[in-house]
Amino acid sequence: MGKKNLLGLAALVAVLLLIPHLLGNPYYLGVLVWCGIYSLACMGLSLFMGYCGQISLGHAGFFALGAYISGILTTKAGLSPWPALGVALLGNLLVAFAVGVPALRLRGHYLAMATLGFGVIIYVVADGNPFGLTGGPSGFGGIPRLFPKFSLFGLIRSDDERWYYLVWGIVLVFLALLLNMVHSRVGRALRSIHGGEPAAKAMGINSARYKIETFLLSAGLTSLAGSFYAHYMGFVNPPPFGPMLSIHLVTMVVVGGMTNLWGAIAGTALLTILRERFRAFHEIGLLFDGFILILIMLLFEEGLFVGAAKRLRGVVSRRRPAGLPGGASRQTAGEG
Amino acid sequence: MDAVCALRGRDYFPLPGRDIAIEWPMELSLSTILQYIIAGVKIGSIYAMVALGFNIIYNTTGIINFAQGEFVMLGGMFMVTLSKLMPLGLAVPIAVLAVVIVGCMFERAAIWPARGASVIALIMITIGGALLLQGGAMLVWGKNSFPLRHFSSEEPILILGATIQAQTFWIIGVLAIVMVLLAAFFKFTMTGKAMRACAANRAAASLSGISVERMILFSFALSAGIGAMAGIIITPVTLVDYSCGSMYALKGFAAAVLGGLGIPTGAVVGGLIIGLMECFGAALPFQGASSYKDGFALVVLLVFLFAKPSGIFGRAAISELKKF
Repeated sequence: MGKKNLLGLAALVAVLLLIPHLLGNPYYLGVLVWCGIYSLACMGLSLFMGYCGQISLGHAGFFALGAYISGILTTKAGLSPWPALGVALLGNLLVAFAVGVPALRLRGHYLAMATLGFGVIIYVVADGNPFGLTGGPSGFGGIPRLFPKFSLFGLIRSDDERWYYLVWGIVLVFLALLLNMVHSRVGRALRSIHGGEPAAKAMGINSARYKIETFLLSAGLTSLAGSFYAHYMGFVNPPPFGPMLSIHLVTMVVVGGMTNLWGAIAGTALLTILRERFRAFHEIGLLFDGFILILIMLLFEEGLFVGAAKRLRGVVSRRRPAGLPGGASRQTAGEG
Repeated sequence: MDAVCALRGRDYFPLPGRDIAIEWPMELSLSTILQYIIAGVKIGSIYAMVALGFNIIYNTTGIINFAQGEFVMLGGMFMVTLSKLMPLGLAVPIAVLAVVIVGCMFERAAIWPARGASVIALIMITIGGALLLQGGAMLVWGKNSFPLRHFSSEEPILILGATIQAQTFWIIGVLAIVMVLLAAFFKFTMTGKAMRACAANRAAASLSGISVERMILFSFALSAGIGAMAGIIITPVTLVDYSCGSMYALKGFAAAVLGGLGIPTGAVVGGLIIGLMECFGAALPFQGASSYKDGFALVVLLVFLFAKPSGIFGRAAISELKKF
């Protein structure tokens, strides 16, 4: 996994353990729980977009499926939350497989539109209240707790704190696993697909298989995030799962830097916190998202953090600022 | 429960066009079938015009402009405001012009600087443009839906037991005029021929002295204008609000793919098929079929993308060569 990543993980754990003791207001802890939930989804998407070089504008569909299946099974079928979460995960993987096998033969704009279409179909179905299951436009509530109230000898004081440790614990586990994966043979294979699929194929890499596996992995992580959403909110309705959610997820990945798993978490944290901070001005939320997407894509295709760091280094060393950083030109080459 | 209220209150993605939903059970007589056909052709004409806009930009740039639906929305919005100040005959060209200017500004600010960027970047940029235009419209006009008066009499006409609004004729007429003008433009004018040359091969067009930069700007202007026109004529029937564009874009794209991306005839046929299917789909004999009607176009989109991405009129060999 590399020394840098191990150090990074250790630092992240330390920061995460410290935060609850530094934050006075439990509301902020709630915001961090959201960061964790979206980070789960964004890590998978980052793998699919940044490493594999594909695009999905339909991950809101997987998020919604996770949330709705968890919600329906626990409230209407009386299943307990964890088995329901497992069923939601399995269901999502099946759907992702059925959609992914034909969809991943498409590229670029066609893939984007196909996934967007898939996401909207899930939204329309949830909105239409099939068999009275989804509650239609108004949704349904009463989704039970995911875990009993535990206090770990008085260390944990509130429900938000329980959620915080649970969600971030899971994020950390998956982050470690995925970091390990991208620094292995599999990760190199994925990057070679991004670099140029024909070349990857010529090297004997089964690109179709890698693409579908990455898609399944990201759908599974997004399903988990969706299930957590349902249990954390206790309530689901269609509006939060519209195509805007897919675009938000992609924006978070893009802002953090697609080609870096750490970027997915950093981007998610940055945008979720900014959104919460400026909730009072959410009238300009759409404008804000639009500006960010265009600016990042025009100026820092590698993401805000890496791109800005490179610029700074360029300015400091008085060389010509890196107009198109190395990563970006590699991506352009892969397009042809 | 602050978060719950915020999420409840903010409708990210309203589904438009519920007004033509028809509830089952319903007798299938000649007049009801005719009624469905008319409703389908009406909304299908709009999808056709959106699809034409997609095609024009796609042909000159190879980009799918996700902001295409926002041009429709802006056309409707400008028209609503302008129609309060001046007669229709004056308001229509000014509204179209305003959207054309917006389209050109979008191309100059975001598309041209991004030439040579990766496909993912281009997709994100046009999505960003769509969000900007939506957000801008929300700031200017707010979140309400606005009506627009019909262009001529609001009295419906009875034909074979089916009622037709006069606006339907306006819509079909405008589609026909747009088609004829576009065909003439691409066939007879120098600019039109230059744009076709760009579509065939940008590098070769550039070598023979065509300014590709100007053609790309022009294609955005043209498709913004067509989108605006679609928005202007459909608003009296469906109302307009800041968020209605994305659904038009999705269904217009479905129409474009159905007919074969880049093929003008395909766009029109695809649009009409999607429109008709939506209206007949809403009448399918199961409970609440009409609430799923927005999904039908998308299911068709997926089926075609998966089974025959080149569309009805496209040839697989040609679409293999295209860059996405």
